[in-house]
Amino acid sequence: MSASPELIGLTAHELSGLLGRREVSARELLEATWQRVAEVDGELHSFVLLTREQAEEQAAAVDARRGRGEELPRLAGIPIALKDIYCTKGIETTCCSRILAGFVPPYDADVVERCRAHGLVFLGKTNMDEFAMGSSTENSSRGPTRNPWDLERVPGGSSGGSAAAVTACETILAMGTDTGGSVRQPASFCGVVGVKPTYGRVSRYGVIAFASSLDQVGPITRDVRDCALLLNVLAGHDRRDSTSINTPAPDYTQALIPDMAGLRVGLVKEFMEYQGVGVEAQVGEAVRAAVRKLAELGAECAEVSLPHLNYSIPVYYIIAPAEASSNLARYDGVQYGHRTARADDIIEMYTKTRDEGFGPEVKRRIMLGTYALSAGYYDAYYLKAGQVRTLIRRDFDRAFESCDLLVGPVTPTVAFRLGEKTDDPVAMYLSDVCTIPVNLAGLPGMSLPCGFSREGLPIGLHLVGKPLGEEVLLRAAYAFEQSTDHHRRRPVPIGERDGRRCCVTKL
Amino acid sequence: MRLTPEEVEHVALLARLRLTEEERERFTAQLNSILGHFEQLQQLDTSGIPAMSHAVAMSNILREDEPAPSLPAEEALRNAPDQANRCFRVPRVIE
Repeated sequence: MSASPELIGLTAHELSGLLGRREVSARELLEATWQRVAEVDGELHSFVLLTREQAEEQAAAVDARRGRGEELPRLAGIPIALKDIYCTKGIETTCCSRILAGFVPPYDADVVERCRAHGLVFLGKTNMDEFAMGSSTENSSRGPTRNPWDLERVPGGSSGGSAAAVTACETILAMGTDTGGSVRQPASFCGVVGVKPTYGRVSRYGVIAFASSLDQVGPITRDVRDCALLLNVLAGHDRRDSTSINTPAPDYTQALIPDMAGLRVGLVKEFMEYQGVGVEAQVGEAVRAAVRKLAELGAECAEVSLPHLNYSIPVYYIIAPAEASSNLARYDGVQYGHRTARADDIIEMYTKTRDEGFGPEVKRRIMLGTYALSAGYYDAYYLKAGQVRTLIRRDFDRAFESCDLLVGPVTPTVAFRLGEKTDDPVAMYLSDVCTIPVNLAGLPGMSLPCGFSREGLPIGLHLVGKPLGEEVLLRAAYAFEQSTDHHRRRPVPIGERDGRRCCVTKL
Repeated sequence: MRLTPEEVEHVALLARLRLTEEERERFTAQLNSILGHFEQLQQLDTSGIPAMSHAVAMSNILREDEPAPSLPAEEALRNAPDQANRCFRVPRVIE
């Protein structure tokens, strides 16, 4: 018996209507969601923790309030899955690292508080690459997540669990974080919508830090309207994050206008080919077809070049590990998390604790960052990378003099196979080549389904806006989505279809 | 620039990581491959270009220095691997 696809296949805005008219209760919706999780998550492994009791309480509270005739926030009663990077009061939070096993935060992240205040129902914690370091979710201490379109392939990462859960209809909404593409790349690999807002638009308070000048919180949803609704919950000033932007957040649903009239779109040459190597042919074709569609919808489209994007990978892989090596110094076995069982002195306690607690990719990046910041190498690496980061930002600023929006592919290929890139760090790093520059420049970016490959795997269109240009992204994405059906899918039981084992099919 | 296994060992100590013989060999090869990829940055002339440390220009975010309740000690200690007398306990640091 399959979980009721008529309910769990809907979007948050559709379900919000049903809940508001009391055609379905939050508890019924939650029950349908649990059924779907039971049906697929044994193989998919999107979740690392299910918070059943607390979810039942949250759903019951929403139903009770609605029963009393209270006016509730738009997303009250809608299930949401949280990446295991958000501090959740009283709920274990590990960043999928052994070093944080058993850690129960004494407080909620700002965005978690906001979700609670809006009556969203927390299903649990989703799988991720350890400390968000990875592009496939294979670096999780809890084992990999699989792509719902093809269980032999990765869902992307690091927010792979969140993207897979939304895609497979195990949840309606999810939250990820994006330091170099960790929302947009898995959204692209899974064929769902993901946004990395402008740096500072959403508070990082209570989000376990990876690279603090790059980290940003982002929604992962089934369609653009859901994305706007969840951004309405998340965006806003927070005095507990000193990088939080102190300007009011707009109502993002007002941006959902189904035309592109007057918008100037630039197709970024360096997104289509990095250092002269082009993206996979079918990805490039799908993106060019999407640009033609945007033109049909009224946009003025041209090709633009941002030459310093060809240096994004080295810049990122100096800056992010440098910041990470500092941020992860706090995991020393003293205040929380794992401590080694036996150590004779304090240095041995630190080194054994960290050796036992961190996985190989995290160690590699800590080593890289420590080296880049060490005496004698700082100028050659960290300082140089910071300067080139300025050049990348200037390229974007220049492009935005003649464009309102930049586009290209999200990733150079469709989802790759499990194990395909695990032995070659540089090959893995290159899968974030289009998303990384957007973090370096602090701009808003979005992944939107724009087609399928021959193998039946999703392809994502990358939209990049000016600082605080989320509304332009949403408008373009909405216009595109309304005139296409790449975002429509049907949850099915796990089985063999078209030569792939999967649990979602095209509608 | 090429890292030797000895330098890798030194960086590991700075980072408070302990590497096995096998890890040290593997990291030496992998880090050299990654550092090789970084060499291309040296092609760019960046003289006079300021380093960007943050995406949004902000400085001196200040607030009034007002007393406010903080996390109670019991709460702060709840995740401690070892504790005594309302303090975190660690192996002896001073002989």
